[in-house]
Amino acid sequence: MESTLRIALIYPDLLGTYGDRGNALVLAHRARARGITAEVIEVDARSSIPESCDIYLLGGGEDAAQVAAAEGLMLAKATIERSIEAGSAIFAVCAGFQLLGNSYAAADGSELQGIALLDMVTTAGSDRIIGEVVIEPAQASGLPLLTGFENHGGRTLLGPGEAPLGRVIAGRGNGNGVDGVLRDGVIGTYLHGPALARNPALADYLISYTTRISLEPLTDDLVEQYRAERLAYASLTGANLKRATRRLHRG
Amino acid sequence: MSRARSQAAITVGRLAGWASRITGRGAGTQVGGRIMLAIDPGLLTKLGSQDRVICVSATNGKTTTTRLIADILRAAEIDVVTNHTGANMASGVTGALAAPHKPSVAVLEVDERWLTHVVDPLSPELLVFGNLSRDQLDRSGEVNAIVKRWRTITEADPTRHVIANSSDPHVVYASLPARVTWVALGIPWIHDATTCPQCSELLTWSDEGFKCSACTFCEPKADYRLDGEYFIAGERRIHLDLSIPGTWNLMNAALAATVAEAHFEIPAEVAIKAMSTVEVVSGRFSKHRLDDGREARVILAKNPAGWTEVLNWLNGRDAGVVVAVNAHIADGRDTSWLYDVNFEALQGLSVVASGERALDVAVRLRYAGVECIVETDPLKAALAAGGKEVDIIASYTQFTHLTKRFW
Ligand SMILES: [Zn+2]
Repeated sequence: MESTLRIALIYPDLLGTYGDRGNALVLAHRARARGITAEVIEVDARSSIPESCDIYLLGGGEDAAQVAAAEGLMLAKATIERSIEAGSAIFAVCAGFQLLGNSYAAADGSELQGIALLDMVTTAGSDRIIGEVVIEPAQASGLPLLTGFENHGGRTLLGPGEAPLGRVIAGRGNGNGVDGVLRDGVIGTYLHGPALARNPALADYLISYTTRISLEPLTDDLVEQYRAERLAYASLTGANLKRATRRLHRG
Repeated sequence: MSRARSQAAITVGRLAGWASRITGRGAGTQVGGRIMLAIDPGLLTKLGSQDRVICVSATNGKTTTTRLIADILRAAEIDVVTNHTGANMASGVTGALAAPHKPSVAVLEVDERWLTHVVDPLSPELLVFGNLSRDQLDRSGEVNAIVKRWRTITEADPTRHVIANSSDPHVVYASLPARVTWVALGIPWIHDATTCPQCSELLTWSDEGFKCSACTFCEPKADYRLDGEYFIAGERRIHLDLSIPGTWNLMNAALAATVAEAHFEIPAEVAIKAMSTVEVVSGRFSKHRLDDGREARVILAKNPAGWTEVLNWLNGRDAGVVVAVNAHIADGRDTSWLYDVNFEALQGLSVVASGERALDVAVRLRYAGVECIVETDPLKAALAAGGKEVDIIASYTQFTHLTKRFW
C-alpha cells in the first residue's frame, strides 16, 4: 500500500441514495484514528474510475441511476479486476451490490447485465423488503453481529462458489436466509444505515484487508451504545440475538 | 348521483368533523372529508365546480407557498377558501371545500403523491409546481414515479395554466406539455436529478442551467426569476422583504409572487407587500419561551433537501441547536439520510442530539466533527443547549409533537 489510504466513492451522484457517503466518512475517520492518512476521492458519473485506490465504495440508487452506473462500471471492469488482484477492497451496498453480479432486474422486471465480478443473479421479488436487519457473519471472518436497515425489491441468489456475508437473524437480506456476499476483500450487502457507521468492525475489516496492517482496537462508547440500541430493537421479537451472540463469542 | 346524497354526505361529514374537533382529536376536516367521500365518491367533482380552484404541490414548501398565495389574494380582496396543514390528500381537500363559503378562489395544498386523485375530479384552472426531491424513501418510493404521474396530468389537458420552477429538472419534465409560466428559483439540491427524466442519460449543469447530454431536454427560459433576495420580473427588481427565515422561504415567496402576477394580475410589488407580514405558518417558524427565559424557534425539516437549507441558514447565528429526529413512517423509517445532510455546518455551535433516534444523530455528528450531548427529550435538550436563543430543528413527528407541547 502507498502511504495514504485512498478511498474511492464511486458515482455518489448516482449511487448515493442511502447516505452512502457516510461509509467513506467512517473509513477515513477510523484510519486516521490509527495514524493512517486517508483521502476520499469522489468519482462522479462523468469521470472514469481510477486504478489503484485501496477501497472502492458503491452505494444504493434508483432504477435509472443504477442503469447509468452499470454502463460506467462495465467500462471499468478491467480496472476493478486489476485493483482487486493487487489487494484493493470493495464495499458495495444494495444497487451497487447487485451490479457486481451476472445480472439484475430492471424496474419492469426485465433482466439486465451486471459486471459479473461475482457469481450471482438478482431477480425482482414480489414485495419490497423494508426494515431493520441483523446479520450473523461467518465465524471465520472475525466480525461481530451486523446491524443495518434494508430497503430493496431484489432477491439475490449466490452461485455455488460464493459465500454470503452472513446469516440473517432479523430482516430478509438476499431473501433466502443469508445476506450479501464475502469473498476476501469484496463485500456486498443490503445493509445501509450506513452500514459502516453502524458496524465499525466492518470498516476495520476493509482497512486491514487492504493495508495488511493489524489495527489497534478502537472502541467508541457512543457507537457501541448505538449498536446495542439497534440490535435490541431488531430483536424485540425473539431470543435469536442472544443465541447468535453466544455462538459468535464461542469462536 | 343525487343532490340529496351529496347533501347527506356533507351533513354527516361536517358532524363527524365537529365531533373530532370538540373531542380534541384533530382539526376535523380530514375525518369529515373521509366520511363525505365514503358516502358520495363523486362529491369532489361537484364541489370543484363551485369555486375557482388552484392546486399547489411540491416536496418542500407547499404549505408555506399555499399560505402566502392565500394571503396575497385576501389582501387583494378576493374571497379565499384553503385547506388546513396536513389535510392535503383527497379527504382533506374535500373537507375544506365542503365548509360553508361563498364562491371563492380555492387555494389548495396537495400532497405530491395525491395530485392525480385531486386534479382529476376538481379540474383546477392552475397548478403550481415547486420542486420534487427524495422524501421519506421507504414510504413514497421513487421520485421518478411521481414525475410520471404529474406528467400524465399535464398531458391530459395541455391548455391548463401551470406555474412551475424551471430550475428543477423533475418539475420541468412534468410541466412541459402544459401552458407554462416558468419561474427560476435556483436549485440547491441536485442529488436526485442527475439523470434526464426524458431519456435517462446524464444531465450536465452550466451557467445556462441543466441540459441533457443525449436528448433535447434542457432548462427552459424563465419568465420570472429569484436572484438572492430579489424577485426579477423583466426589468423590475423587487426586494423580497419577508419575516419568515431562510433561502427556502425566498423561493416560496418568489413562486407565490409569480402566481399573483402571472395568473391573477396582481402586481408582484403588491403581492410581496402582502407577504411581508407573514411570520408563522402552521407553527413552522414559531417562537416559544423556554423555562429559562430564552427564546426557542421550532423549524420543521422533512428531508435531506429541507435539512440542508435549514442548516445553511443556521450558520452564522449565535444560537444553540437541537437536532430532534424520529423514525416513524412520516419521518422516514430509515435514518441513512442523516449522512446526506451537511451537519458539518454545525461545527463550533452548541449542539444537542435529540428525539427517539438521538443516537443516530449523535453518531452522525461525531463523523461530522461536531461535539454534542445526547438528550432524547427535545425540551430538556433545548434547556441543555447553549447560546442566547435556541433553534430546534425537528423531523416531522418530532415537530408535530413539539408544537402540541408548546401550545
Ligand atoms: Zn435526455
